[in-house]
Amino acid sequence: MTARPLFIFAGLYLLVLYAPIVLLPLFAFNDGTVIAFPLQGFTLDWFAALLDTPALHDATLNSLIIAVSTAVFATTLGLFAARAATRYRFPLKGGIVGFIMLPLVLPEVIVAISLLVVLMQIGIDPGLWTIILGHTLISTPFAIAILQGSFSNMDNSLEEAAIDLGETRWGTFRLITLPLVTPGIVASLLICFTISLDEFIIAFFLSGNAPTLPVYLWGQLRFPARLPVVMALGTILVALSVILLMIAETYRRRGLRRAGLKDTGGFL
Amino acid sequence: MTDAPLIEIEGVEKYYGDYHALRGITAGIGAGEFFSLLGPSGCGKTTLLRAIAGFEDISAGRILIAGRNMDGVPPNRRPTNLVFQSYAIFPHLSVAENVGFGLRRAEMSTADKRRAVGEALEMVGLGQYGGRAAHALSGGQRQRVALARALILKPKVLLLDEPLSALDKKMREQMQVELRRLQRQVGITFVLVTHDQEEALIMSDRIAVMFEGEIAQLDAPEALYRRPASRKVGEFIGMMNFLPAQVGVSGVTQGGIAVEVAGLGPTVLQSAQCPGAARPGAAEVGVRPESLTVLFDEGTPAAHRATGRVDEITYYGDMTYYEITLEGAPKSVQVSARNMPGRRLLDRGETVALAWDPSSLVLFC
Ligand SMILES: Nc1ncnc2c1ncn2[C@@H]1O[C@H](COP(=O)(O)OP(=O)(O)OP(=O)(O)O)[C@@H](O)[C@H]1O
Ligand SMILES: [Mg+2]
Repeated sequence: MTARPLFIFAGLYLLVLYAPIVLLPLFAFNDGTVIAFPLQGFTLDWFAALLDTPALHDATLNSLIIAVSTAVFATTLGLFAARAATRYRFPLKGGIVGFIMLPLVLPEVIVAISLLVVLMQIGIDPGLWTIILGHTLISTPFAIAILQGSFSNMDNSLEEAAIDLGETRWGTFRLITLPLVTPGIVASLLICFTISLDEFIIAFFLSGNAPTLPVYLWGQLRFPARLPVVMALGTILVALSVILLMIAETYRRRGLRRAGLKDTGGFL
Repeated sequence: MTDAPLIEIEGVEKYYGDYHALRGITAGIGAGEFFSLLGPSGCGKTTLLRAIAGFEDISAGRILIAGRNMDGVPPNRRPTNLVFQSYAIFPHLSVAENVGFGLRRAEMSTADKRRAVGEALEMVGLGQYGGRAAHALSGGQRQRVALARALILKPKVLLLDEPLSALDKKMREQMQVELRRLQRQVGITFVLVTHDQEEALIMSDRIAVMFEGEIAQLDAPEALYRRPASRKVGEFIGMMNFLPAQVGVSGVTQGGIAVEVAGLGPTVLQSAQCPGAARPGAAEVGVRPESLTVLFDEGTPAAHRATGRVDEITYYGDMTYYEITLEGAPKSVQVSARNMPGRRLLDRGETVALAWDPSSLVLFC
């Protein structure tokens, strides 16, 4: 049958895609400094080593500050943009929305280098704020995509019905609009947080002396002895990202259900 | 008691940019009336309804409700409530919360509010459903929740935008009767938008037929059906056959209008049968399918007869529609016959005699 070769192809594809990532936790728990088979035995030493590395704590703190700020900024901007794009008609709307979504496909290296050049020209030193700026730039399109879904899934006449039933504009926003887009807002916050947490290139170019987790991780690769620790850290990052994305998706679907709608796609 | 209508619509115009959506609408809607806006898609029914509700600004003219000019009055301050085509049930609230939404700002005790919600749900036959999640309701149930939610505020006017169009045929027929009953029970003025002529005929006290932003005719259902003001209205409401006719040169006399109708022959019509002024020359005569009676027994006496050949037969169970070409007529007409016990169906190609009555004809000049 024609289905069989396709199944094999799909299987191989998934294997190539995920096998390296599966190796990560494998060696993170492996009791040996060399990354090679056969495995030596189970240990939590590498995770313990993470705990007493002060530089790592700084990097974690940096990453958290940047990711939280990025999530808040990108979601706020996305909220306004998505609302405008779904509710109002204005000249050049298509072009404007297109430009906002462009960073989604721009090579990050280009974004990072141009940002760096511009910031140097203005005379702003790289640091936490510059990374937040860069991350907000690349996360906003995701926020818009998610929130646009929430808004366009919402029947316009719901807001009109509330006003018709005697509510004020503010009351309508509070009682109808907000509850219906909240799942989208939560999903957007989580996804932007995750994007920022995992992002390397922009953080690398713009970090100055404030490395984020991925930048710190990359720095550690120079020391072969530290490799298992890097694996442990990577494992944590991957696990965290997956969990956050799953929570985000749960919220996105809850939003759809609340609006009484069928699922038409999404990130997961 | 005053004689002024509850809703007075005076020369209302609406432009969307360059598009002229409403072109001088004037109508009065009486208190307690079941009034329908009927017309094809895009004729401006929803626009007019939303203008009454306060969701569309009008470009010219004015709308008065209970004698008060509604210009600049926002929807939440008008004595109207709107049932949306999509029902607009708040999906994150329960059925009871939906129905009680409009009472949030009312000065009532919580117990009174709860009782009012219970009564409203009872009225639409959803007494047991208060605790249900609104998004889990069927189409018919949503429709009822939307009605209860709007009626609980006891508006002077209830506006309904194609409230039944999302329901299946059975459900729709049931709701038509139910809506009518509900309207009599609460005595509130209903303004219904529909593109379904049958629905409008069944439910309304009066119907405004709209084409392209204008009211073509405003009348009671029977008058609308029996005496359409134009060929277009006649075509839109029910089925109507049109036969070429010639108004005699003697024209309009005291006795009536002398007309020669293709397929039916010469006859005299009353001036009431001719909307607009009759003048000599070519015209058209409209006749409903049930106004032409098939004479199954050739011997039946009939003052006015015609003969024709059966071209096509469409069987509906209770009725049969025959496509018959009358002698001397250029094209066929639809003739309906009730299928009574013992009555046979005609055959294709058969020649039949038909009886007709001049009073059932409408002359369009
Ligand atoms: N917001 C708007 N902007 C521009 N044109 C509009 C707008 N709303 C309606 N129109 C136009 O005005 C005309 C009348 O629209 P309306 O919605 O009143 O039609 P309708 O009679 O309710 O039709 P339907 O039976 O399809 O609902 C249509 O041609 C429509 O395209
Ligand atoms: Mg409409």
